[in-house]
Amino acid sequence: MSNVPQELRYTKTHEWVKPLPDGGVLIGITDHAQHALGDLVFVEVPEAGRSVAAGEACAVVESVKAASDVYSPIPGEVLEGNAGLADAPEKINSDPYGEGWLLKLKPANAADVAALLDASAYARFLEATA
Amino acid sequence: MQKRTPLYDVHVAQGARVVDFGGWDMPLHYGSQLEEHHAVRRDAGVFDVSHMCPVDLEGERTREFLRHLLANDVVRLVEPGKALYSCMLNERGGVIDDLIVYFVRETHFRLVVNAGTAEKDLAWIRAQAQPYGVAVRERRDLAMLAVQGPNARNRAVALLAPADAEAALRLDGFFGRFVGSAAAPWFVARTGYTGEDGFEIMLPAAEAAGAWHRLVEGGVRPCGLGARDTLRLEAGMNLYGSDMDENVTPLECGLAWTVAMKAPRPFVGRGALEAQKAAGVPRRQVGLLLEDKGVLRGHQKVVTPAGEGEITSGTYSPTLERSVALARVPPGTYDRVQVDVRGRLLTARVVKPPFVRYGQPVIDL
Repeated sequence: MSNVPQELRYTKTHEWVKPLPDGGVLIGITDHAQHALGDLVFVEVPEAGRSVAAGEACAVVESVKAASDVYSPIPGEVLEGNAGLADAPEKINSDPYGEGWLLKLKPANAADVAALLDASAYARFLEATA
Repeated sequence: MQKRTPLYDVHVAQGARVVDFGGWDMPLHYGSQLEEHHAVRRDAGVFDVSHMCPVDLEGERTREFLRHLLANDVVRLVEPGKALYSCMLNERGGVIDDLIVYFVRETHFRLVVNAGTAEKDLAWIRAQAQPYGVAVRERRDLAMLAVQGPNARNRAVALLAPADAEAALRLDGFFGRFVGSAAAPWFVARTGYTGEDGFEIMLPAAEAAGAWHRLVEGGVRPCGLGARDTLRLEAGMNLYGSDMDENVTPLECGLAWTVAMKAPRPFVGRGALEAQKAAGVPRRQVGLLLEDKGVLRGHQKVVTPAGEGEITSGTYSPTLERSVALARVPPGTYDRVQVDVRGRLLTARVVKPPFVRYGQPVIDL
């Protein structure tokens, strides 16, 4: 069973969003996604300052088997890519909601986050597509 | 209708992620493909390769038939038990399949062919065998385990009676022998597809689960086809359907060494290969080591000073912690190429496979 923390928001493409006290959000991929991809071996994160649209590919995660795009759940400006993943992409497997975060974003509209799936909606989505 | 091996239920019970592989439900990994890969390089792992198909050929003229059928020459099989790797070609010199042939005795040779090609292989072999009066018997009653790694042979012989274990441990590389009861023998061969030492064992399907459990209890790690792919690619071994197919000749996919042309032997495809040699082989296979960050994958475009080519297999190499690939490129002398990786041109160095053998890198990083 996948781990779906209560306090996060989610997308149907298996990204999570975590609001931070400073108004920024962290974005990563869910436990379900890391499990489906298998061992991750390479990660490409965006540069600070880049503007991304909702649904735009903003990072790449590659497992032993295949490359997958990560889509920005909401529009905004990239504040930081997680540089720590370059030498340790396996952190996404071991700690997808913690050290495995991919990027920090400044949302264009704070209200966009609340419009994403909450934990129970995402958990239901996972069950329905299992 | 998906096909399943005799070990399907065992894989599911052990938590395998099961995927479709050429019509077969096969384990991709049991949790971590990387750990399975390292287990084979450092210790021992077991793969269910029962989707591959053993084929027994029997008859007085079997050797003569195989000299016609295969691009490699079974005249090289002198001692009983000896194995030979060969391509089976069509009249255009294209690879119908690659296979291993074991010399059991003069009236009995055993082939092991790939899963995805087994049906067309059998149809082709039967048609070719008819004039020679050779009986072709598909051995779907057998399961096949590959036990691979530096400690694989010592662990695997625990499955055998003491005298059989001793005989198995005495096998030289690329030799196999029957062991166990005459009624339901096992065939144990010192062959594999990982670049490590080990055995491939063919045994009655009903005995496969028991053997699997005993291996695992003895410390052999269950490994899926994901690790099998990264291991074979590091070992510079071709995968049928990716690195070669019916439109590729052995000369174009790094397998010229398996084609025996010296003896005046009219094997299927020989004329086409001679014509291609005379005209100049238009493509060759090379190994690539990515110098930039990223991962090489199959079908990515390769840009060389002599024109464009294509990656046929690419992966992250767990042993080298770099990306490696096999590619088909125009002939020429160049030591670096560009690869189009998701829209960006990255630099890769041309190297001669294998990349890894017996746990160690064999290319300069």
